[in-house]
Amino acid sequence: MSTPPTAPAAPPAKADESRTRFVHKLWLAREFGIVVALGLLVLVTTLDNPAFLSPQSLRDLLLGAAILVVLAVGQTVVIISRNIDLSVGAVLGLVAFATGELLSTAPDTPTAVAVLVGIGMGAVCGVINGVLVAAARVPALVITLGTLYAFRGIDHSWAQGRQINASDMPRSFLGLGTGTVLGIPVLAVIAVVVMTVVGFYLRSYRSGRELYAIGSEPAAARLSGIPVGRRVFTSFVICGALAGLAGVLYAARFGTIDATVGTGIELQVVAAAVVGGVAIFGGSGSVYGATLGALLLTTIGSSLAVLRINPFWQQAVVGGLILAAIGLDRLLAVRAANRLRGRSSHGT
Amino acid sequence: MARDTVAVDDAVPPTEPTSGVLRSALVRWDTVLLVVLAAVVVVAGVLVEGFASGRNLQFLLLDVVAIALIALPLTLIVITGEIDLSVASTLGLCSAVMGQLWIAGLPLELVVVLVIGLGAVLGAVNAVFVTRFALPSLAVTIGTLAAYRGLAFVVLGDQAVADFPFLWTDAASSTVADGTLPWAAVVTIVLAVVFGVVLHATPFGRSLYAMGNNAEAATFAGIRVARAKFWLFVVSGAVSGLAGVYWTLRFASARADNAAGLELAVVAAVLLGGVSIFGGRGTLLGVLLGLLLLGTVRNALQLADVAADTLNIVTGGLLIASVVVPNVVAISRTRLRRRPRHPA
Repeated sequence: MSTPPTAPAAPPAKADESRTRFVHKLWLAREFGIVVALGLLVLVTTLDNPAFLSPQSLRDLLLGAAILVVLAVGQTVVIISRNIDLSVGAVLGLVAFATGELLSTAPDTPTAVAVLVGIGMGAVCGVINGVLVAAARVPALVITLGTLYAFRGIDHSWAQGRQINASDMPRSFLGLGTGTVLGIPVLAVIAVVVMTVVGFYLRSYRSGRELYAIGSEPAAARLSGIPVGRRVFTSFVICGALAGLAGVLYAARFGTIDATVGTGIELQVVAAAVVGGVAIFGGSGSVYGATLGALLLTTIGSSLAVLRINPFWQQAVVGGLILAAIGLDRLLAVRAANRLRGRSSHGT
Repeated sequence: MARDTVAVDDAVPPTEPTSGVLRSALVRWDTVLLVVLAAVVVVAGVLVEGFASGRNLQFLLLDVVAIALIALPLTLIVITGEIDLSVASTLGLCSAVMGQLWIAGLPLELVVVLVIGLGAVLGAVNAVFVTRFALPSLAVTIGTLAAYRGLAFVVLGDQAVADFPFLWTDAASSTVADGTLPWAAVVTIVLAVVFGVVLHATPFGRSLYAMGNNAEAATFAGIRVARAKFWLFVVSGAVSGLAGVYWTLRFASARADNAAGLELAVVAAVLLGGVSIFGGRGTLLGVLLGLLLLGTVRNALQLADVAADTLNIVTGGLLIASVVVPNVVAISRTRLRRRPRHPA
């Protein structure tokens, strides 16, 4: 109050700048943490068995992670807006079976058409979720738990216990799952493209930023004029479409499809996002983090095999990792809050 | 999660006391479930051959027991606004440990006590993360869901322990006076009464609703929120351990993958029973009716030769309808009521 009139202009700008720098550092710290964990894991495994870093082994690793990455990116969009989509595994299974059915009855279908049909089917599932969540205003956890059962049931009643094999599908389509571009698996390239596009959307588009606002405080977002229902609806359609894409990729990669495909994968997807620093109650996190999370979960699986550790440990390790990740997030958040509080008390 | 997305309360005129309205709404939901259940029983009894037999009733109840046991503490947890997704993994780990201890030669009486104790410890781990470190229970129990199931495999691998004494495995499906009522169902009913009394007739039970509606306000009202939640998670773990013992004996097989995925069925039953996922609303009677409804529909359709996996459509449809229909009714009623006042 008693400061000269010229002074106030400068400090807020400086504080603002240092705050954004600090937030930026925090962001770095979170993603950086997973990179370090991933690096350590790869280092330890490679020291034990240098073949772990061979091009073939790396390709397998990327191939294994690609489908999980696509799912985790879609899930991130939903979780950021303080919702959740548990039905992704069922959507993946349904679309994978539909793709197999389409290609085994009409083998002349171009691969691109099959991919588009799969994405479209997934998007329709997403529309169902989105309408129920946004229009009927029912919590996403309940709705997507219901559609998880419903989509899976439709899958089973359609398949009637049948199984589609790789020999039923055209070679050109299966090439999508095994082919490489400059030595990199096509599936991994698709996953990176998906991650980049969605990451750019969330970071640079107004409607993408609004998802973060909705996730931070839905009431405030609504009062500030954000069309909450429409944005949430869109996020479910994106997530559904990506789950559909993942279903097509699954069909191309494994070739063997029955009605149980993708059962239980929803928890792995949520785990990948949470490990990657996407807050389960919305408002923060990035698709890059979720991607790293998915990569880490996949790498743990192959590392245990290379290190000749009982593969039964894998799930236990993943569980421990989730707990460690949310614990770490909590610690960082508390520290950040304390530091910001300390700063503002200095300023006044 | 977004509390403001539930629009049911909008329909309540401000002058009316909320508790009365809520109570009558809950009574309505329980009544709806009861009517639907009765209708399903009548229709199935007439149309489905073999449904209305004592033997079928016995199997129906035996199937519902494991889910019902776990659903009891979970109901209380969801009413406080938390969730426990690790219940089925706790069951699996307890089952695996039970098999391993039995192989090690311990007397089965001791094994049962130890396994239920283990369940309580696993619940306490959840509780510490949720109450001491203030982490969201959804994320914590997804973590322990994976961790406990993983440990179950570490303990027992992919083998099965099946040589439990016949006396015990037979007891798991034996019935009262050799009739149709299984002893396991009697135990479940007794526990249900205990949980019902605690929830609906004690200050502790009322305080659970208070913290589910607004944890901060409950804290200021002198309710020890963290302590109550802590013990609820411990009880949830112990009861899951008990369910693990029952599951192992009923199927005479201790396996690491016992009851994998059951957590979703339990949560579905609790929500179908009218418990709000945001906490603060729901009755134990509603959950029991929801459980019976789900169990009866599945049982009747299975007898009618509908494949078990296809039944998932029914489970999912019931769950969605149970939350969407009341909400849509409430929203449209609010709109109708508001229109005359604010013509737009």
